[in-house]
Parts: sequence; structure tokens; C-alpha cells
Amino acid sequence: MRIESDIILGKVKRLVSDGKADRVFAWKKGNFCYDTEPSLFTDNYVGFTYDDFCAANLCKFMINESKKDGKTLVLIKPCDSKGLALLEKEHRINRERIYALGVPCAGKIDMDKIRENGVKGVIGIEEEKENVSCNGDENLIIKTLYGDKIIPKKSVLYDKCLSCTDKEHVGCDEVFMPELSEDTYDGKKFEGVKKIENMPSDERFSFWRSQLSKCIRCNACRNVCPVCSCVKCIFDNDNSGIASKANSDDFEENLYHIIRAFHVCGRCVDCGECSRVCPEKIPLHLLNRKYIKDIKELYGYEKEPALLTFTKSDAEPSVIYERGEKNV
Amino acid sequence: MNRIGVFVCHCGSNIAAAVDVKQVAEALGREQNVVFSAEYQYMCSENGQKLIKNAVKENALTGIVVCSCSPRMHEATFRKTASEAGINPYMVEIANIREQCSWVHKDITAATSKAIILGRAAIAKVRFNEPLTVGESGVTKRALVIGGGIAGIQTALDIADAGYKVDIVEKKPTIGGKMAQLDKTFPTLDCAACILTPKMVEAARHENIKLYTYSEVEEVKGYVGNFSVKIRKKARYVRENLCSGCGACALKCPSRNSGNEFNTGLDKRGAIYIPFAQAIPNIPVIDAEHCIKFRTGKCGLCQMNCAAQAIDFSQKDEIIEEKYGAIVAATGFDIINLDKFGEYGYKTYPDVVTSLEFERIMNAAGPTKGHLERPSDGRQPKTLVFVQCVGSRDTSGRGKEYCSKICCMYTAKHAMLTREKYPDTDVYVFYIDVRAPGKNFDEFYRRAAEQYGVHYIKGMVGKIYDDGNGNLMVRGSDIIANEQLTIKADMVILAAAAKPDDSARSLGTMLTASMDTNDFFTEAHPKLRPVESPTAGVFLSGFCQGPKDIPETVAQAGAAAVKVIGLLSKDRLKSNPCVARSDSLICSGCSNCEKVCPFGAITYADARVNDGTGMETRRVAVVNEAVCHGCGACAAACPSGAMDLMGFTSKQIFAEVDAVCR
Ligand SMILES: Cc1cc2nc3c(=O)[nH]c(=O)nc-3n(C[C@H](O)[C@H](O)[C@H](O)COP(=O)(O)OP(=O)(O)OC[C@H]3O[C@@H](n4cnc5c(N)ncnc54)[C@H](O)[C@@H]3O)c2cc1C
Ligand code: SF4
Ligand code: SF4
Ligand code: SF4
Ligand code: SF4
Repeated sequence: MRIESDIILGKVKRLVSDGKADRVFAWKKGNFCYDTEPSLFTDNYVGFTYDDFCAANLCKFMINESKKDGKTLVLIKPCDSKGLALLEKEHRINRERIYALGVPCAGKIDMDKIRENGVKGVIGIEEEKENVSCNGDENLIIKTLYGDKIIPKKSVLYDKCLSCTDKEHVGCDEVFMPELSEDTYDGKKFEGVKKIENMPSDERFSFWRSQLSKCIRCNACRNVCPVCSCVKCIFDNDNSGIASKANSDDFEENLYHIIRAFHVCGRCVDCGECSRVCPEKIPLHLLNRKYIKDIKELYGYEKEPALLTFTKSDAEPSVIYERGEKNV
Repeated sequence: MNRIGVFVCHCGSNIAAAVDVKQVAEALGREQNVVFSAEYQYMCSENGQKLIKNAVKENALTGIVVCSCSPRMHEATFRKTASEAGINPYMVEIANIREQCSWVHKDITAATSKAIILGRAAIAKVRFNEPLTVGESGVTKRALVIGGGIAGIQTALDIADAGYKVDIVEKKPTIGGKMAQLDKTFPTLDCAACILTPKMVEAARHENIKLYTYSEVEEVKGYVGNFSVKIRKKARYVRENLCSGCGACALKCPSRNSGNEFNTGLDKRGAIYIPFAQAIPNIPVIDAEHCIKFRTGKCGLCQMNCAAQAIDFSQKDEIIEEKYGAIVAATGFDIINLDKFGEYGYKTYPDVVTSLEFERIMNAAGPTKGHLERPSDGRQPKTLVFVQCVGSRDTSGRGKEYCSKICCMYTAKHAMLTREKYPDTDVYVFYIDVRAPGKNFDEFYRRAAEQYGVHYIKGMVGKIYDDGNGNLMVRGSDIIANEQLTIKADMVILAAAAKPDDSARSLGTMLTASMDTNDFFTEAHPKLRPVESPTAGVFLSGFCQGPKDIPETVAQAGAAAVKVIGLLSKDRLKSNPCVARSDSLICSGCSNCEKVCPFGAITYADARVNDGTGMETRRVAVVNEAVCHGCGACAAACPSGAMDLMGFTSKQIFAEVDAVCR
């Protein structure tokens, strides 16, 4: 069964009229079917949508929303729920002022991938009716100004959806119709990281240099990241010595990302938003995922905040070095 | 405007032999902001310090860089010099060109350029130094000793004799610890009770000592000089102020199936009991788990027989809150559980006992009135086998890797006492090594082996089994004779490894005192500060810090007391100003810093802040400067850079790194 926006809206309205919340944070239709945007609904639901294009993670908006009086209902996808939980753990949101409604997710569609398939003039998306397997292998019917196109769903899902290993919500007040979530994992979560690990070090260095040098320092990656939630980011703090300023050399942008990766290390919830929003298509998630992989392999931590947890049996630097070396 | 003076020390030839000090002084003299640079034979000498003071006055210096030995040696000296010259002592930076340079390099050219780089880094840092002031806090003139064994008693007596108030918290109904259970003590063989009980009585009578027996520490807050502690005084169900200690209640109690802890479970006691005749306080306690009144609501015989009407079944645990200036951990030890050592048959055969049980069997106040009788049938054993290192020096993972230290000696003691009282017995001791390195210790052991004819066999016991006729067969190896042997024994005594008390770990967490992997409390320095914990104001006494016999325990207990007295004798404590501080405008209140702080120095508060975008209430980190040790862990963990360590700010460290990499 497809997830219908109207059913979700119906649920939202019920919750609001039951007094669970005073306003709603969700997505709104844009000019085209594919440009949905995060939006706050206070007295009507004009433009409300929850569809294949609602990829944006809304949890970070809750930092400000939860400062307001009353309660905000927010729609939370499985991947977003981890960010919300972290924001709560790090005391960045006032959880009591939020009603987190978990919504099902069958994967979100990357418009760029549709375009790469040479499809233009998209006006809507439908699922092929005959195929009701709901295992993510179905085809999509792309309605365009020039007629319908059939495309396998997995070929146009966002990368972050393809590496989404579970559709389990954490820490929501209520999860609505979880049975409608679909497995979209392609089984290759660490493939990209492994590829880079296997590069000789020069090649790896130039790979990252060329990728990171594309950065235009729009800060979108940082601004969207639910983990990058500092009141004042060190890159905005003149006193830190590393605040944004005219670059003295082209390495500085590169360092921005390396410092950011260190800051989110052990905290990153792997929501993939950073890479999704980057206008330069820099695969930023690969940096964070490398940490996730190392922390898991070298220290065995998956849930604990790695940089804040110490045990006597933690691997020694020499061991890390040795194991790290094998990958050079 | 920074005006920096650089002072390069020769340290006799310690530095000058490997570093061209003239060249260092010249090169550093050319650095930006440096207005004075000189070298001298011994900067730490009177004359050297004079040179610094004059330079400060003549050149209106704002910062000082001394290129010399490690700051561990003379940082305090030069800070004092600076303050005597009229500048803030924290405007001094030391470049360590001795331990980190001249002592480790031979090539003069290379060492000289390294010394210059180290000097540059210090100059770069001192540019960002800020004057810091030493804080002060008061001292509560009362000490808390946790654990009332010989260690805790001795520490408390010494503190009390010096005129300070001290409280002992003991979890058992009586003070005395393990020593109260011992029979005679090596190496002099004086009776344990004879030397311990006078001390117990003295502790109870001392006007400066207050005993909280049958009590446990529930919560510890605060910091050196100002701890605030919650003590749970467990309900005894006997009113201490009324009880005369006559013991009539204990005699009448019909419940008789609780193992008597004091006699290591070798006999039974009533549900209401006084642990032993000389117990302090001499007040019974009701073990509610075995009390018929508590279990069925009927009985109350003790109450009926108490002339003083002291029995009170409705008594509740009491929480006492008290303030202390210093805390001493003296929680002692226990012996390990032998469940994992099935080969010795401890659980299967009643005549396989631990050494502590043997102490009770040999003790005139013990379950057998001091007659050597074996538990199974009360017969006097003729052949006794002692096994040392049961679970000590164990690499199999079942026991402890360390040496329990006391077992060689007490086994020699047991063997000797047995042979003396019962010359018709055969006594064997299996050992890996005999470790007897103490005053009169080796002589003691040799006496056992040579004069008392105890058979020492170097080797391990592999198995103890029953031959079917009620005899214990001890199979072991004799590695000197290189043979396997089996001894038919009537009784086997196992020297089970000693381990810290089970409550030590949770107490350590409460005290934020560090512990090793074996749960022994760690000392601040293994050689130079053996009775202090790294946590200021927490001291260590006795077995809880590591295996010790009584003489060592008492010596350490006295040493811990001296440290406590030293602390309590101060009216104000100076605090290190190089502590962490969080910037409330930047702090996100994420709690990362709190999680890494090893001393629990960080708490959170709601602060009203205005960072230019409007007034807001935020949860921000607050460092308790008296608790902070300045380790800097929080500053490294803070993602937003809100946390910084005074005297070692990120800015200073970046400047140093930049200077080194220049
Ligand atoms: C079989 C045997 C024979 C021995 N023979 C000798 C000998 O002949 N000569 C010799 O010199 N040494 C001997 N020893 C060693 C001696 O027993 C110890 O050196 C000594 O008891 C150590 O004293 P302590 O006060 O540190 O510890 P303990 O005697 O263990 O006292 C610690 C006290 O702290 C209490 N406690 C523990 N945790 C807490 C808590 N959380 N809160 C409150 N109270 C707590 C305990 O109840 C106990 O009363 C022998 C040891 C054994 C096992
Ligand atoms: S770093 Fe990227 S993947 Fe990780 S939490 Fe932030 S936005 Fe998500
Ligand atoms: S979103 Fe992309 S371009 Fe923008 S700052 Fe991040 S990496 Fe750079
Ligand atoms: S410097 Fe160390 S002791 Fe001080 S608050 Fe930070 S982590 Fe705690
Ligand atoms: S880690 Fe930094 S931002 Fe987080 S609470 Fe501590 S000082 Fe504040």
C-alpha cells in the first residue's frame, strides 16, 4: 500500500484536535512536485504534503521550535528519529514541547537521478499498480509533460536511502502505520568507504583534495546536520582562530571538513543529509562513515558516544596504527 | 603591548654541554615582542632570580620565558620570582630544554636549533597568557574514615590524637575488620585480639572519634576541604542508647540457623547477635532475614527478655548528613570465592578449608575453642596439607594475577602453630615460591621449615579427591624431586587469594577516586605519594590500596593520618587557577564535557544569556574550580570550543604549534 499524504494529514489533524500539539512542522509542496520544503503549519494545512520527495530531515528545526511556548508536532522519518534522539540526549531541544510523530518511509526520490536518466518535465510519480511486492524492487511511473516513463525505483532513490539499514523509529511519541515502511537498503553501506581505504595513500589524498576543493563554503552541510547543533559553531566564532574568513590557502576549506568530521565523530547519526544537500555533490558522508566503521571495528562501539567513552580494553594507538596501516 | 624577557639557563653543564645557550639567547632575542634576552649559569639560584627581577624592572617586562629544566622542577620557583618582581606569576612560561632537549640529544647543532624552537613556542604561548589569581576555600576540620579495620582504626586514632574530629563508618555491626578474626600474628606470634582490642576500645572511648557501625556511605559530594557525605545507618532494631550489652536477647533467640560470619560460617548464631565478645560497640543487631518475628510476625522473645527494653522492631534506616574536610578509604579486603577452583574440592569436602577458616579453628574464641578439630567429624587431623597461591599469581583467568603477599607468611604461621601444639601431626606445604622479604620474615619461615619440621614441597596441587574411605587425597607435583606425589590428608587448608572488598568499586566511583583493574585504589604516585589518591582530599589506608600485612597496614594508616592532619591544619586551601572554564555565550549545554570529566567537576545551570540575538535562558556547563584538576579532558571534548583550560587555552596551544611548525 502506498503512503498517502491525506491519511498522514488526517492523523496529524486528529492529534492536533486532540490537543497533543499546537502547531505542526512538516513539509509543504513547492512550485514543482519535487521541490518540497520544511514548513511550519499554524492555522491551516495549505500545501501540506508527505510524499516521495520529502527527504529533508526536520529534527533540527526543533531546536528553535521547542523554545516556543506550547507544543510542536513534528513528522519524523526513521532516519530522522536518530537525530532527534541525539538532540534530546545533548539537551539541545526541550523534548517536552515536541510531539514526535513517526511516519513510515519507503525511500525518497532523488530528482537528480531522474534527470540523469534523461527524464524531463516531471509532473508526478506513481507506483506501478501490478507490482505490489512492496520490497523496494517495484517500478515507478514517472508522469511527465511528455508522457509516462517507467523506471526501477531503486535506481532513483537517494544514496542515503540505499544505505538505510533499518526503518525502525527511535524515541518517537507515536509511530503511525510503520508497516508501510519499505526496506530500501542495497546492502553496500561501507562499500564506498572500503573503496577509498583500498586506494594507495597518494590517490586517496588527491581524491579528497579534489572533492573537498569543490566546496563553496555555503555551510549547507553544517546547517542541515542534526549533530552540528552548537549554539555557536567554532567556524562562526572569531575567537576560535578557525572562523570563516578569507582563505589563506586552498587547504583551509579542506580542513573545514576534516574538523567538522572530527566534531561529529562518534555522534554522527548517519542520516546522510550533509551529502544530500551539498550543491557541489561532495560525498561528505564518506568521511563520517569511515569513522563509524573504524569506531565499530577498532573499539566495538556502535551506540556509545565513542569519544566520550573509555574502557581499559580500548585499543591502544599502536594497535590502531597497525590495523590502519594494513589499509594503506 | 607584550614585552617579553627570555632567560636561558646553562644548568651547569646539564644544558650547556649539549646546547649552545649563547646562540639560543641571541636567536630568541630577535623574536617579536622579546625586549630582553640573557643566559646564565643557574637561573634558579639567588643570582639567577635576581637577574630576572632586575630585567623585569628595567625593561618593564609583561611576560617571562625561562628556557631551563622541566616545569615540574622549577616552575614554582620562577612564578615566585615573577610575583616578587611585581608581575603576575602566571605570566611565566618554561621551555624545557633539559629533559626534552639537552639530556636526550648529542649533536650540538641539532640540539641548539631544537632549543630555539622550544623557546619560540614558549614565547608564542606567553603572548596569550593572562594574569590568573589563585582561589581560596575553607576547610571543614573533620575527617571521615571509611572502614573500621585495623587500618581505619589506626588512622582515626592518629587523627584524633592530633586534635581533630574523625568519624569512622563501618559496614559491619562492629569495628575490627579481619584482624579481629585472626588467632596469632606473624612474625612475632602475639595474639591478634590482645593487640587489636585495646585499640578498638580506645577508638570507642576517644572524645574526638565517632563510630558509625552497621553504616554505609551513601553519597559523597563536594571537594577537598568541603565534602558533604550522606551516611546510611542501617536499622539494628536495637536502641543503642538503651542497650546495656548484657546479651540476654541473643541467648534467648530461638532462630539458630544463620551462619556465624565472624566464625566464617563454621558455626551458627541467633538472628539477634553480638558478633563476638569484644565487639565494639557491644550492642546486638537483628538479622531481619532470619528473625522469626520479621518473617512470621510471631516471636519477640528477645524483646520480652530485654530488661532495658531496647529492642525496637520498628526501627528504620537513618540517613545522617555530615561535612568533612578529608576522607580516608580503609575498606580492606576479602578472600576470593573459590567456586571456579573445582580441583581443590572446597565446596565438596568439608575438611578442605580456607586459611581464614583455619584461623577461627585455631582461635581459642573460635567454634572449636581453639582445639584443632576438622569440620566433618570433629576428629583431630593427623596429616595437614597447606596449599599456597590458590588463585593468586593466577594466569588462568580464574583468580588474580597479583601476589596476595600475606599467604606465605600466614601459612608458615599456621604450619608452625600446628606443629607446636600438636607435635604428632605431619604438616605439608605446597608452594610456588616462598616470599618472605620483611623484617624477621625469612627467619620466621626458616624456623617453620627447619626447627618445626614442616615439609615444604615446591609445586602445585592438581587435584584433591576422596579415596572412598573418607580420606582426602592430595595429588601434586614436587618440581624439585621432579615427581608426582599423592598425600593422604585429614585436612587441607587453602591460602585463597585476597581481593579488595566488593564495595570498593562503587565507593571509588562515589569518591571519584581512581582504581586499578583489580579494584584496588590507586595512589597519586606509586613511589612518592603512596597514601594519597589522585583525587584531592581522598587518602588511602591499608589493604584497600594493595595487599599488606598488619605492620605495613598500620604504618600506612599512620602515614595517611599525617596527610589528613596536614590538610586539616590549614585554614584555607589554595586552588590551582589553571582550571577549566566554560563560556556561557558559546556553551550548548550538550553534556559532553560532563561525561569525560574524571573528577565530576562539571555541573549544569540555567544561565540568562544574551549573545546579541536576544535574551535567552540556556543550559550551560559550570566548572567547580575547587574540584577541577585542570586535566583538560573537557576542553578537548567540547565541540563548540566553549570549554577552555586557563593557562592552556586552545589559542595558546595553537600559537605554540604554529611556532613549532614555522
Ligand atoms: C588468613 C589470614 C591470616 C592473616 N594473618 C596475618 C598475620 O599473622 N600477621 C599480619 O601481619 N597480617 C595477617 N593477615 C593480614 C591482615 O588481616 C591484614 O593486613 C589486615 O587485616 C588489613 O587491615 P585493613 O584494615 O586494611 O582491612 P580489613 O581488616 O579488611 O578491614 C576493613 C574494614 O572495612 C570495612 N569495610 C569494607 N568496605 C566498607 C564500606 N564500603 N563501608 C564501610 N566499611 C567497609 C570492613 O567491614 C572491615 O571491617 C592475615 C590475613 C588473612 C586472610
Ligand atoms: S554529519 Fe551528515 S550524516 Fe552525520 S549526522 Fe550530520 S548530516 Fe547526518
Ligand atoms: S554543503 Fe557542500 S559546498 Fe556547502 S559547505 Fe558543505 S561541503 Fe561545502
Ligand atoms: S579540566 Fe579536567 S577536571 Fe577540570 S573540568 Fe575539565 S575534565 Fe574536569
Ligand atoms: S562540551 Fe562544550 S558545549 Fe557541551 S556542555 Fe560542555 S562546554 Fe558546553
